[in-house]
Amino acid sequence: MHRTKVRVVEDALDANNTIARANRDDFDRHGVTVLNLMSAPGAGKTTLLERAIGEPLEQIRVGVLEGDVQGSIDADRLATLHIPVTQLNTGNGFGGECHLDANMVRSALDQIPLDQLDMLIVENVGNLVCPAEFRIGEDARAMVCSLTEGEDKPLKYPLMFRACELVVINKLDLLPHLEVDLDKLLYNIDAVNPGVRTIQCSAKTGLGVDELREWLAELAHRRVRAIA
Amino acid sequence: MHELSVASAILNTALKHCDGRRVTVVNVRVGRLRQVVPSSLEFYFEIVARSTACEGAALELVEIDARLQCNDCERAWSPEIPAFRCPDCGSANVEVSAGEELEIDYIEVKQQEAACTAPR
Repeated sequence: MHRTKVRVVEDALDANNTIARANRDDFDRHGVTVLNLMSAPGAGKTTLLERAIGEPLEQIRVGVLEGDVQGSIDADRLATLHIPVTQLNTGNGFGGECHLDANMVRSALDQIPLDQLDMLIVENVGNLVCPAEFRIGEDARAMVCSLTEGEDKPLKYPLMFRACELVVINKLDLLPHLEVDLDKLLYNIDAVNPGVRTIQCSAKTGLGVDELREWLAELAHRRVRAIA
Repeated sequence: MHELSVASAILNTALKHCDGRRVTVVNVRVGRLRQVVPSSLEFYFEIVARSTACEGAALELVEIDARLQCNDCERAWSPEIPAFRCPDCGSANVEVSAGEELEIDYIEVKQQEAACTAPR
């Protein structure tokens, strides 16, 4: 018995990225633009979606893939918008994954009516860490960062803030009631992801929602090539 | 907290390349921008590797410092804090030249000596 060295030189996430590309091929075949929407728990992703796609988005047919560790509370809320919503739970009765990966999304593909959609918004599991690591075959990644999380979060979770091409700053209506420094937050976002697009929003008052809708419509028209 | 996910990804990559042989070492190049906590990764790797060909394998982590390069003024530097604008010209056109690695460099496996079957 002796020891042998085996050269590997392979990214640990290659296996995930290969499946992400397969997802991407399926999305492309159906002409569906996919947005991976991420945030910390409670940042307001679902409420923002209710606001942003509650009214028809031009002629763009939008569906949602709802990722949660457990339950269908968010999917039930979005289903009232009369759009196709697919629930994807990462839990198996005892714990569950804290993020969606390419394989989980792949397992849900046959439940998503891709031929009836132009855009699929994947609401990832609320978590500022792991979702940033796993591509799922999306065209673009965006995140929601709410004011109540504080201005230091970009510096603590740079991986997530750097992964996204849009940062939606939510809960702007709370600004007068908080000690959070909005300018500092914007400065920190720009420090970790220089020049990244930001939209200041309040899902409650509707501030910035039109701007977000315009961004979504532009994304659907863009059909950028694979980032996976 | 993403170390469990990362440990599973490293394990699966090692298993794919070990060809069923017992793995003794998994050597991984980890960039500091990946925000991996080494002790936490080792802890989770030991757990996910149980009952696989990697059980008991040593996880060797080679940490790679972050290096940034400005495409406008060609300044190159190692950031101390997560700040990615060029400190000289303020450009956002900055490339990460090192520090984002999460790469299995090599594994070591136990190889059975080929038995000599030639007639004496």
